[in-house]
Amino acid sequence: MEALCRFLFFFGLVKSLTLVVLGLNVRRQHLLPQAGPAILVANHNSHLDTVVLLSLFPYRLAMKVRPVAAADYFFKNRYLAWFVVNVLRIIPVDRRLRTGAAEMSRGVSAALRAGDIVLVFPEGTRGEPESLSQFRSGISHIAMSNPGAPVIPVFVHGAGKALPRGEAMLVPFFCDVFVGEPLFWCGDKTQFMAALQSRFEALAVEGDFARWK
Amino acid sequence: MKLLETINPSFLAVLSGTLFLLLSATIIVTLLSRLRPARDFEELNKRVKTWWVIALLFLGALIPGLGVTLAFFAFLSFLALKEYFSLIPTRRADRRVLFYAYLAIPIQYAWVYVDWYGMFAIFIPVYMFLFLPLKMAMIGETEGFLQAVGTVYWGLMTTVYSLSHLGALLLLPHRGGSVWRSETTGGVSLVLYVVLLTQLNDVMQYIWGKSLGKAKVVPSVSPGKTWAGLIGGASTTVLLSVALAPYLTPLSLPQSVFAGAVIGLGGFCGDITVSAIKRDLHQKDSGTMLPGHGGILDRVDSLTYTAPLFFHLVRYLSF
Repeated sequence: MEALCRFLFFFGLVKSLTLVVLGLNVRRQHLLPQAGPAILVANHNSHLDTVVLLSLFPYRLAMKVRPVAAADYFFKNRYLAWFVVNVLRIIPVDRRLRTGAAEMSRGVSAALRAGDIVLVFPEGTRGEPESLSQFRSGISHIAMSNPGAPVIPVFVHGAGKALPRGEAMLVPFFCDVFVGEPLFWCGDKTQFMAALQSRFEALAVEGDFARWK
Repeated sequence: MKLLETINPSFLAVLSGTLFLLLSATIIVTLLSRLRPARDFEELNKRVKTWWVIALLFLGALIPGLGVTLAFFAFLSFLALKEYFSLIPTRRADRRVLFYAYLAIPIQYAWVYVDWYGMFAIFIPVYMFLFLPLKMAMIGETEGFLQAVGTVYWGLMTTVYSLSHLGALLLLPHRGGSVWRSETTGGVSLVLYVVLLTQLNDVMQYIWGKSLGKAKVVPSVSPGKTWAGLIGGASTTVLLSVALAPYLTPLSLPQSVFAGAVIGLGGFCGDITVSAIKRDLHQKDSGTMLPGHGGILDRVDSLTYTAPLFFHLVRYLSF
C-alpha cells in the first residue's frame, strides 16, 4: 500500500509536476550522490523544494531520500501526518521541544547507517520567498555525528516563486537547481558552518535571476 | 504499403524531404568531426540531434488530427510563456495575473477547436487586454504597475496569440491540405509550409551570414546578423516557397514569391525582437530546454512573426 502510494507519488506528482508544469534547469547533476549514505543540504522557500529535489533522482534512489521535516507543522493534520510518514518518509523534528534536535539527530544517524540520503533544510523554515536566511547549527551536529557522509549543497531557485509560503495557487515558473561540490565534516563547528554558508552564497550568485518582489 | 497509399502524397513528400535533410545534416556533422578532430563540433552535433527531436515531435503531432495538433501547439505556447515569465522581472503581487495569463492558453486554442474565428481573433487583443490591467488594479499594487502590465501582455501576445495562428491555419479549407488522402480539405499543409520555411529560413540566414558579408543590420541587438545573411537567406526562402507552394498551398506564382519574402523577412524580425529582449535582460539564451539551440523561445521566435503574417496573407488571398 505505502509502496504503491510512493510509486504513484513519484511518477504521478513529482515527475509530472517538475517535468511538465515547472521545468528544471539543473547544473552539475553528476555531483548528486549515486548511493547513500549522503546528506543533501538545500535552501528552503517552498513545499515544492522537496518535490524538485526528489525529481532529480532515479526512482530507486528517490525512495531512499528522507527529508527532515517539522513535526510541529506536518503532524497537525491526521491525513497529512500519514502522508509525510508513509509516503515522504520524513525524519520528524519538533522545533518546539528542547529535546527535538537530539531526537532528530538520532533519526538521521539511523537513516544514514541504513544507507539513506537525508535531506536537510538548515534554514529551518521556508521564510521569505527567494531569500537565503542564516543557517541553523543543527546541520553541523548531523555532519559531526556522521563524518563519513558527504554533505552536498543544492541551491534551488524558482520554487519559491511558483508556490511561496502562504499561497495555495501554483503558478508555473522554471526552477534552477545548482548542485555544489560535496563538503565533509572538518572537525570544527564554526568552520563547517562558515564553509557551508559560503558554498551556498557562491551557488546563489551563479544565476542571473530576474527580479521578483 | 496500404498505409502509405492512404497518406496525402504532398505530406509524404515533405516528410521524406525533412528526413532527408536531417539525415544529411547528421552525416555532414559526423564527417566533419572525423575529418577535423582538432575543431570542436559538440555544439553543432547537439543542435542537429535536437533538430531530430523537434522535427519528429512536430510531424508526429500533425498526424492524429485537430485536437492533438492543437494540444501540441498549446503546450508549445505554454512552454514559451513559462520561459518568458521566468526570464522577465515579475512582481509577487501579480501571481494571480500570471495565472490568468496561463489560463488564456487553453481558452485561445479552444476557440480554434470550435472553429469560432471571430472570438479567436479578438479574445486576447480585446478581452485579455482589458482584463489583465483591471485584475492588476484590483490587487492594488501600483509600484511597477505600468511595466508589469506591459511585459505580461507582450508575452501573452507573442507566445500565445501569435503562435495560435499556427492552429488557426488548420481550419482554412484548403483542398487537399490534409495528412490523409481521404479528407479533401484541411490546413495541415499550410502549417507545414510556414513552419518548414520559417525554420529553414533561420538556418539559411545563419549559413549565409557565416559564409559572407560583414555589414551588420542591427549590431547593437544581434551582432551575428549581416545584410548578406538577411538577403541571401530571404532569397533562398523565396526560392523554396515558390518550389513548395503548388504542393502545399493554394497560392499562385506571384503570391508565393510574396509569401516567401514575408516569411523570410518576418522570420528575421521575430529573431531580432526576442534578441533585443534577451540583451535587455543580459541573457544569452532564453532557456536550456533545447540543447544546442537554447530555450523554446529561441526556436519559436521567428514563428511569432511569420505565423500571424502568413495566416492573414493566405486567408486574404485565397479564402
